[in-house]
Amino acid sequence: MKELLANLTGVYGPSGKEDSIRSAIEKEIKDHVDEIRTDTMGNLIAVKKSTLSGDKPPVRVMTAAHMDQIGLIITNIDENGFLRFSNIGGVSPFNVINRRVVFENGITGTVSYETELENMKDLKLNKMYIDIGAANREEAEKQVSIGDVAVYYAPMAAAGNRYFGCAMDDRAGCAVLVQAIKTIKDSPNELIFVFTVQEEVGLRGAKTSAYSVNPAMAISLDVTLTGDTPKSRPMAVRLGAGPAVKIKDSSLICHPRVKNLMIDRAEEAGIPYQLEVLEAGGTDSGSIHLSREGVPSGVISIPCRYIHSAREMVDKNDLENAVKLLNSILENEIVL
Amino acid sequence: MVEVLKRLTEARGVAGNEDEVREIILELAAQTGAEVSVDRMGNVIARKPGLKTGKKVMLAAHMDEVGFIISYITDSGMLKFHTVGGIDQRLLLSKRVRIGKKGIPGVMGVKAIHLQEKDERNKVIDQKQMVIDIGVHSKEEAQKLVELGDYACFDSNLVVFGDNKVKAKALDDRVGCAVLLELLKDTYDFDLIACFTVQEEIGSRGGEVAAWHLKPDMGIVLEGTACADIPDVPEHMHITKMGRGPAISYMDRSSIADPELFRQMVKTAREHSIPYQLKENIAGGNDAGVIHKSRSGVPTVVVSVPCRYIHSPSSMMDLNDFNNTIRLMKEFLKGCESR
Repeated sequence: MKELLANLTGVYGPSGKEDSIRSAIEKEIKDHVDEIRTDTMGNLIAVKKSTLSGDKPPVRVMTAAHMDQIGLIITNIDENGFLRFSNIGGVSPFNVINRRVVFENGITGTVSYETELENMKDLKLNKMYIDIGAANREEAEKQVSIGDVAVYYAPMAAAGNRYFGCAMDDRAGCAVLVQAIKTIKDSPNELIFVFTVQEEVGLRGAKTSAYSVNPAMAISLDVTLTGDTPKSRPMAVRLGAGPAVKIKDSSLICHPRVKNLMIDRAEEAGIPYQLEVLEAGGTDSGSIHLSREGVPSGVISIPCRYIHSAREMVDKNDLENAVKLLNSILENEIVL
Repeated sequence: MVEVLKRLTEARGVAGNEDEVREIILELAAQTGAEVSVDRMGNVIARKPGLKTGKKVMLAAHMDEVGFIISYITDSGMLKFHTVGGIDQRLLLSKRVRIGKKGIPGVMGVKAIHLQEKDERNKVIDQKQMVIDIGVHSKEEAQKLVELGDYACFDSNLVVFGDNKVKAKALDDRVGCAVLLELLKDTYDFDLIACFTVQEEIGSRGGEVAAWHLKPDMGIVLEGTACADIPDVPEHMHITKMGRGPAISYMDRSSIADPELFRQMVKTAREHSIPYQLKENIAGGNDAGVIHKSRSGVPTVVVSVPCRYIHSPSSMMDLNDFNNTIRLMKEFLKGCESR
């Protein structure tokens, strides 16, 4: 899991530019699935067929994790070669100050801000810039263009059972899904695994893939906040206490039968789990559950500290237990 | 061409009340030989069947504009109102409007400067404190002219001035509508479906429905976009610059351009030496947000004409940008035939 996560968090893939991360995931899973395809928007869709024979159609279950990560998109290059940028997804000005960032072509830069600013509370992204060491506009334009996107340059590190790195949101979910695909036993259900695009800019890839997959039930995997750090906002999710069964966030109320199915399987298999109510934020199931005439949907969340920073932190046991929980749900007959 | 722009921009069409604009578009689109229809939401669909393939290219421009809706009539016959779509409150004071189907004239009023306390003079006046004055003195008289739920629209004529510039209301997005009407004059290998949408300014509601039933293979949205190339705005926040040609979007707040369509659009501009620009800031959304997410996804890109002072009664556009947008789109569509 550690190696897989280090690999996936190290691949470039901001919303809208998921080509590299899609190839990396495709390589991991292609020998373990029956079909694999990429759709119009760039979602990677993999199928494991049901073992059922006979007239009864299998239950089609969609599981989703988003491939994209947040980023900084260049909007302007000034005469001195500094790059102005806007956000792709939730980028806090404070999280990016003096951080190293990297573009798709490998060019790196440092993010900084206009220091004449008197009050740091007034810091906004439009008062910041990326310095790639170019002396002027011409030199900068040889290396990058308007519309190019940078992401954190932050190789993963481990401290005991804890992993630090960028893009745990949601490569941690992708790693769980990849691991589940590799280890799952035969299933009576038709399993559709979707690695979605453009979640960070509005759950967009999930919307179009849910339409084409047309599932009977859906589960997405994403990171969630924790309430276990000094003077954090109250939240009953702790790092290392197991995958979280989502009750609700601002994008959906999880379907009670899907939520209960998760709890039942966790109890039966003795997998530690916790319940999650997230006050702000959403994930792919928010789009999926509204697809067509509605899809019963739930979320398995991976507790994560410092989300959307270059040092997001997850726990090894939570990841492994998330794989176990997902497999125990998918391998058994599902009655909705 | 200016005549068409004049008719389109001077017509009243606040979101949800696009009838007047729709009538003009139905007339002009029919003149191009297109098959014209109106869907249940009120979107106008003008179709030019393809000569060869069955591929469908959806072009979209929205008919609606920002404006006001009447919510209350006071005992003294003054009208309270709400805004429909995004309007800067600083713009409102003393503006002329036209209300309802009959186009009753009114002005937006607030107490005169003589009566304001010193600190009041330094504040932006909240729209809630303002009224539309239609020149009557009682509720009964006002009710003969206006009903609750009537729309009010900026009253502003198109003027050609300066160096090939026009000033008008609703350039966002009647300029897109005018581009579509021009493109409908030609016929292509594929089905060209020009969709004039409703209710974009309040959440791309018409575009969502249209994309659903049209099931296009590709979407191109034509917009009038913000242009903030004026003093006191730092260069990196100009978004677009007037006179530099159509703006091609790599991303806005509602969609990320399909990478291949974006590349092809830029390539087309370069190959035909048509001036173009990339938007130098990321703000706002448009119908592309709902079109690209329709059903299982539609490759979509946005091309915009830069407009200063957008969402005001006096927005401004360079006719060269308008003409270059038409040139770019014609070349791009011709290029689509071979792809």
